[in-house]
Order: sequence, then C-alpha cells, then structure tokens
Amino acid sequence: MSALDLASKLKEKFGELLAGPTEFRGEVTLVVADAERIAAVSEFAKQELGFNYLVDVSSIDNYGEDPRWTVVYHLYGIEHKQYLRLITSVSEEKSELPTVTGVWRTADWHEREIYDMMGIRFRGHPDLRRIIMWEGYPYFPLRKDFPLAGKPSEAPDVAFSKPAPLEGGPFVTSPGGKDAIEREPRVKTFGD
Amino acid sequence: MQTTTEFGYDSRIEGDVIHTRVDAALNWFRKNSIWPMPMGLACCAIELMATGASRFDISRFGMEVMRFSPRQSDVMIVAGTVTYKMAMSVKRIYDQMAEPKWVIAMGACASTGGMYRSYAVLQGVDNILPVDIYVAGCPPRPEALLDALMKLQNKVQREPLLATLKKPGPALAKA
Repeated sequence: MSALDLASKLKEKFGELLAGPTEFRGEVTLVVADAERIAAVSEFAKQELGFNYLVDVSSIDNYGEDPRWTVVYHLYGIEHKQYLRLITSVSEEKSELPTVTGVWRTADWHEREIYDMMGIRFRGHPDLRRIIMWEGYPYFPLRKDFPLAGKPSEAPDVAFSKPAPLEGGPFVTSPGGKDAIEREPRVKTFGD
Repeated sequence: MQTTTEFGYDSRIEGDVIHTRVDAALNWFRKNSIWPMPMGLACCAIELMATGASRFDISRFGMEVMRFSPRQSDVMIVAGTVTYKMAMSVKRIYDQMAEPKWVIAMGACASTGGMYRSYAVLQGVDNILPVDIYVAGCPPRPEALLDALMKLQNKVQREPLLATLKKPGPALAKA
C-alpha cells in the first residue's frame, strides 16, 4: 500500500480535520487543522495504519506570521516502508499542544528538543526539561528573534553565556534577495 | 692483605659530573615528565589521540602518560570546542589539578571559539583559564601539538622555580 493510500485512509477517518494529502517528489503530507487533535491522529496512524516509527519531530518559526509555530511529524512504517508527514500549527499566544509520547515513546526527546530550542510546550509530556541547553538558561535560541551572537545569562555554578563578537560576520542569508549573490550566505556587517 | 677502598666519585662508574643550579635541574626533571590531562571535547581530541599513538610517539618527551585524573596531571590540553554548558566543568577540572600546572589551547575552537560565533560556545578557553600555549589549526596536526609541547618544555625550563615556589600559584593568588 502506498503512502498516498495510507494518507487517504487517515483522511477518511478524520475528514475535515485533515487537509491534503499533497504529494511532492514522492513525499506525502497531511495538514492537521487542529493541533489539539494531533495525538488522536497519531494514535490512529500508529495502531491502524502501521506507522510504528516516529522518525523526527521538528518545528518551524514563522516569525511575523500567525500562527507562529509549525510542528512537523515524520512518520514511517517499518513493515510497509512508507513515509508520511503530518504538519500542524500552533499560535504564539498558546505555544502549547498535546504530546505524542503516549503514542511513540521516542517523541520524548524530540519534544524536549523543540521545547528547549523554540519554547513550544507539550502538554502531558512526562519530563519536559531542557535537553541541550542547561537548566536555568532563560532563552529559546532557535527562535528567529533570538540574535545569532547570543545573549548574556548567568546560572550560578551551572553555566554562564556571553554574546559572541561578530566583527566581519557572521554568514547571513538574505531571503527574498533579487539574485543568488544577494541571497547566498555571506559576511554582512550589522546596521546596513 | 691490604685492601683499598675508593671513596667519593669514580668516573669509570658514574660518568661525567655536571654542575648546574637547583632551578635548572628541577626544571629539567619537570619538563621531561609533563603528564597531560586530555580535555578532549571535539575533533581535536582525535588528533590528540594520534599524537599519543605510535606514529608520532609523544613518549619521546615523557608525555605519554595521559592521566584522566586531574590530580595526577600537569598540563591540560583543551582539545576542542568549549561550550558554555561544558565551561564550568573544564574550569572545575583545572582547579582540581595540582600545581604546577599549565594549559594548552589546542585548535581554533579552544583558542578563540573558532568558527562557532554562536550563543552556545565559549569564545576561547582563555576566558576561564590561564592559557600558556595556543595551537593554530582546525584541527592542528599532531606535529603542531608536539611543537606546542616542546614550546611548553622551553617555557618550563625558563621558569624561576625556586622563586615561584615561595609565592602562591595562580589559583591561590586569585582567591
């Protein structure tokens, strides 16, 4: 059974909740309209459709747009060897959605990473702590409004951080530039 | 039957006499048994391991005794990227080393943060430790590290040891 068939089955079950499936270069994507239902969709995908492996959970910061957060789930079935991508959106005011650790236990660390880097919380997560930065670090460094150089922080006896000097750098991309020369990552000085 | 007993120095047995100063002799002992504390944090640690292996033979300098205990080591070779999360641990291990102690910042990351101009990386281990030798490279070849160790030997040889023994070391002086 192809990924498109499996996605259609998921769509039959949940109807209006799911948009798609869309296919791009052999990869099938479903958009989940309500992030609150992500755990239910995941449960069905795992139990009934055999997507028994959660490859990755990632998040996107659409800074300046609403909803700000996009959370992306990559699913795989070890028996039927098909991939499926689930996408859902969360607003900045809410910044919270249900955990899928009850469906795939591997989601534990993926969700902790998203919490650490983006500050999106997962309701019902058994152990929602930072995973890469240290306990007590006050920022979420992969947010678009977080400066590349970092910000100063101080957690006594644990760690400190200082902004990095950025003379002559860093290598910054300019999306929307008129040609590749403008868009490509290169040294830019701030303020121009 | 008369027997003769030779007292003192016998050049046939003991070889030539060398006159020296206590300073120079002690420094000579020290510089030829500098035991490294391998602070391997990233890819530089692989080159550090290569330095310790047979091809480059660090034991020529009496430095093959990599001690994973800070209490028994003399030079901390900071080999790799020091993240802010690791920085306090590196400092703590340095503090646990017995004096005399030296630090080599191996590679671009340990020296300046290297290519990581980033929120997560300490911009040079000299922000938290007194570094004696910086080694350029990303990562440096084992020859470069051996050169740094030889420069450290020269530095140790020049130290006014007896004078410094009378003063508190850098760790005590700071407190």
